Amino acid sequence: MIKFILIFFGLMLFALNGFGSDNNCLSCHFDFEDEGGSASKFAKDIHSQKGLGCADCHGGDPTLDDMDDVRNSKGFRGVPNHLEVPDFCARCHSDAAYMHDHNPSMPIDQLAKYKTSIHGQRLFSAKDKKVANCVSCHSVHEIGNGQMPYSSTHPSNLPATCAKCHSDKDYMAEYKIPTDQFEKYSSSVHGLALFKRGDLGAPACNDCHGNHGAAPPGVSSLAAVCGVCHALEAELFEKSPHADAFLENDFPMCETCHSNHAIFKPSDNMIGTTESALCTECHAADDGTIGLPTADSILTSLNNLVAAHLNAKQSLDEAILKGMMTTNEEFLLKEVVQSLIQARTLIHSFDMDSVAPKAMEGIAKADTVVLNSAGLIDEYYFRRKGLAVATLIITFLAFMLYRKIRKIEQK
Amino acid sequence: MDGTQNGLIKKGYQWLDDRLHINSLVEYMGGKVVPQHSHSIFYYLGGITLFLFIVQVITGILLLMYYRPGADSAYESVKFIVSEVSFGWLIRSIHSWSANLMVLSAFLHMFTVFFTRAYRKPREMTWYTGMGLLALSMTFGFSGYLLPWNELAFFATRVGTGMAGAMPVVGDYLMVIMRGGEEVTGATIGRFFGLHVAILPLMTTGLLALHMIFIQRQGMSEPMHWAGKKQEDKKYMKFFPNFIYRDALVWLIALNILALLAVIFPDGIGVVHWPLGEKADPFGAPPAVIRPEWYFMFAFQALKMLPAHIWFIEGELFGIIVFGIGGLIWILIPLLDRRANENKRSPMIMAFGTFVVLFMVVMTIVGYLVE
Amino acid sequence: MSDNNSRRNFLSWLTGLGSVAFLGSIIYPAYKFLVPPESGEANVSQVKLPFTRSELESEEKKSKTFKFGRTLGLIVLTGEGELKAMSATCTHLDCTVQHRPDLGIIWCSCHNGRYDLDGKNISGPPPKPLEKYLVNEIKGEIFVSKETV
Repeated sequence: MIKFILIFFGLMLFALNGFGSDNNCLSCHFDFEDEGGSASKFAKDIHSQKGLGCADCHGGDPTLDDMDDVRNSKGFRGVPNHLEVPDFCARCHSDAAYMHDHNPSMPIDQLAKYKTSIHGQRLFSAKDKKVANCVSCHSVHEIGNGQMPYSSTHPSNLPATCAKCHSDKDYMAEYKIPTDQFEKYSSSVHGLALFKRGDLGAPACNDCHGNHGAAPPGVSSLAAVCGVCHALEAELFEKSPHADAFLENDFPMCETCHSNHAIFKPSDNMIGTTESALCTECHAADDGTIGLPTADSILTSLNNLVAAHLNAKQSLDEAILKGMMTTNEEFLLKEVVQSLIQARTLIHSFDMDSVAPKAMEGIAKADTVVLNSAGLIDEYYFRRKGLAVATLIITFLAFMLYRKIRKIEQK
Repeated sequence: MDGTQNGLIKKGYQWLDDRLHINSLVEYMGGKVVPQHSHSIFYYLGGITLFLFIVQVITGILLLMYYRPGADSAYESVKFIVSEVSFGWLIRSIHSWSANLMVLSAFLHMFTVFFTRAYRKPREMTWYTGMGLLALSMTFGFSGYLLPWNELAFFATRVGTGMAGAMPVVGDYLMVIMRGGEEVTGATIGRFFGLHVAILPLMTTGLLALHMIFIQRQGMSEPMHWAGKKQEDKKYMKFFPNFIYRDALVWLIALNILALLAVIFPDGIGVVHWPLGEKADPFGAPPAVIRPEWYFMFAFQALKMLPAHIWFIEGELFGIIVFGIGGLIWILIPLLDRRANENKRSPMIMAFGTFVVLFMVVMTIVGYLVE
Repeated sequence: MSDNNSRRNFLSWLTGLGSVAFLGSIIYPAYKFLVPPESGEANVSQVKLPFTRSELESEEKKSKTFKFGRTLGLIVLTGEGELKAMSATCTHLDCTVQHRPDLGIIWCSCHNGRYDLDGKNISGPPPKPLEKYLVNEIKGEIFVSKETV
């Protein structure tokens, strides 16, 4: 009997010790920490979801339940300080064999890239404790997969994550770089596309600056960066006379005219010979280039096309208003818009002989729309004339009938 | 020239009479007369309704040459008719205008018959067949409205069939039968199309034939106040050819008005508006204002205005029951108005009629004023 | 008296003419209505292309756009001589895509979006593939239709 009780209690103790204590850390850290503390956040963390526990990063024996015992246990790493964090994470994330067991397709070059970045250089060389490390962007204990919308590194959240430091004037004061990037970006075409329209194709900070190897793109490489999406414009620009000129003068490509963060929808008036145009900032009438005459004729071509489009739209609207069926003409008008987009893209060649034919193409189509709309409006009036004729015939017949009635009733 | 024309007609008539003995029939019809009095003008309304129906049949058959029922082809085929087919816009526009004018004309015809009490003995069956024809023309309108499968039509049909579903007992079954399913889909187009081009025309032809045979057999109804008149004091006009000529004149004028409306307002006007617009998207957001056709508006508005519950009955159900009873009374008016058979005034019936007209008119106007 | 007669004859002749004109104004539109227009029938879910395979071959980019209902379609002659058709509207921001035989892809010049020849989005901003169409060649004529669900 006693033997049975002893064995029973023994088994109980074993059970209590052996089963519930894979991660004893949580048993204290969960109860004693404040709201929103590490332990409660951890369930959302991707590491937790992959089956890793506290000890896998912080080391020590997770089966122990006394803090002092844990501290003294083998392999205990504790909490890394700001400068130790990159190596702390890289212990696994730069280990090819280890990562292969957990996520074979994930890159392992984050630390190497980080060391080339401005953040990495300042952290390792200057021992700067203010600069970003892994947890500054990825958060700690609730690291999310960057494709999840709640993650701090998801494209729609990333600019705000960078802005946490980069928009803080006081924090950034000693680094002497601007702190208005986020503000400018938010009102730019890319910012509006990403934030307002949810277009994940629009670039966030990392798409131009890199994420782990974060650094501003250099003067020569800016065209390549923008050219990842704006390939045609970049290709045209590279072949244009401006490519060499900009390189010689150390002007950043794309940014010189379009700015880097505050990129807005360009207007046709950026080209031209007036005070407000961009061309006159470098070019002058007697500078020995065909710059200003080219700018002038390109602007004229574009303005002609825009005017032709407006004219076509107005005549088409009139036909629509008159209730005529205009699907074919609406199609054609869309092609005029297409020509306009193409002509505006061709600006980047800075070659009058490229832009002019494209503009003429669009103008020809616009003229067809005007012609067809006029035809539809003519048809509208033709119908009314036909009605007038039919009414005349019917009225005449009605009158004759009326006379006949009068005649037979007079008898 | 007149002489040979008459000779030809005489020969043709003789040829028919030899084979069908139509002489007695022709003589009988030649004796038909039309009473002449202050309200004679209302006699034209039935003819106008008939004329508009004929226009519908002709334009409907023409449209049938190009219309293709089905969720994938209905809208496109109507668009095709209106934009590519020669005079397609005109045929469609006439069809839409004539539909609305026909229903209006039918209502006017019914009300003038009511208030002159032409339904009294011996013309009760003409009234009953007439009520049937009114129901058929409204069904024609309801089924035809869906066929272009545009936004307008889709949502109006969804609301309309939904209301049928609110009827007690048979509601759900009726709604599913009407829609060809739980929702308004291409299946609904199929049913409405079959209804619109086959079932309803067949039924209408039958009822119309009866309606007109009764009229030909019994002649036109005389006003009540002629009951005490002496025969020589009553004025009549011969149907053939006098009234026929006048009818033809009225029909010509109606045709002209129709042509004017069709060309100047091809998409309708004001509250009777049927622009082709966008194709129906069952998953899209409904438009801000969904309206039934104007001849259903009074019922639609009245039902909307009822409170959620009256006594223990659900408001909409109560409204439907009241309309049902009212409709039944209206249909059975010849049975209920015994005083008219005795040539006595029936003020209560007339008051009821006045109330009905006012109710319908006011409710229709309110329906359009209230968004 | 004969004046009256001739006036009556003239009037009845005129009435006859008016009646003929009236009938004509009804029959003429009806007759024209019944003559089928050039496009034959509403182009709903199938369209016959207004060009042949050889005309496609002579195109520099070996592709052409065509109207398909309310949208634009693109038909491409692949290197193996196969005809492939798809929607020509980029799924990113609605620009018109083009065939790039040098790269073997469908390309959108607006933001460098790329699709393979089956319309699948393979690189750049486009979030979805291009809608694919079925191609049938009958007696030298090319018919494009929507894929039935």
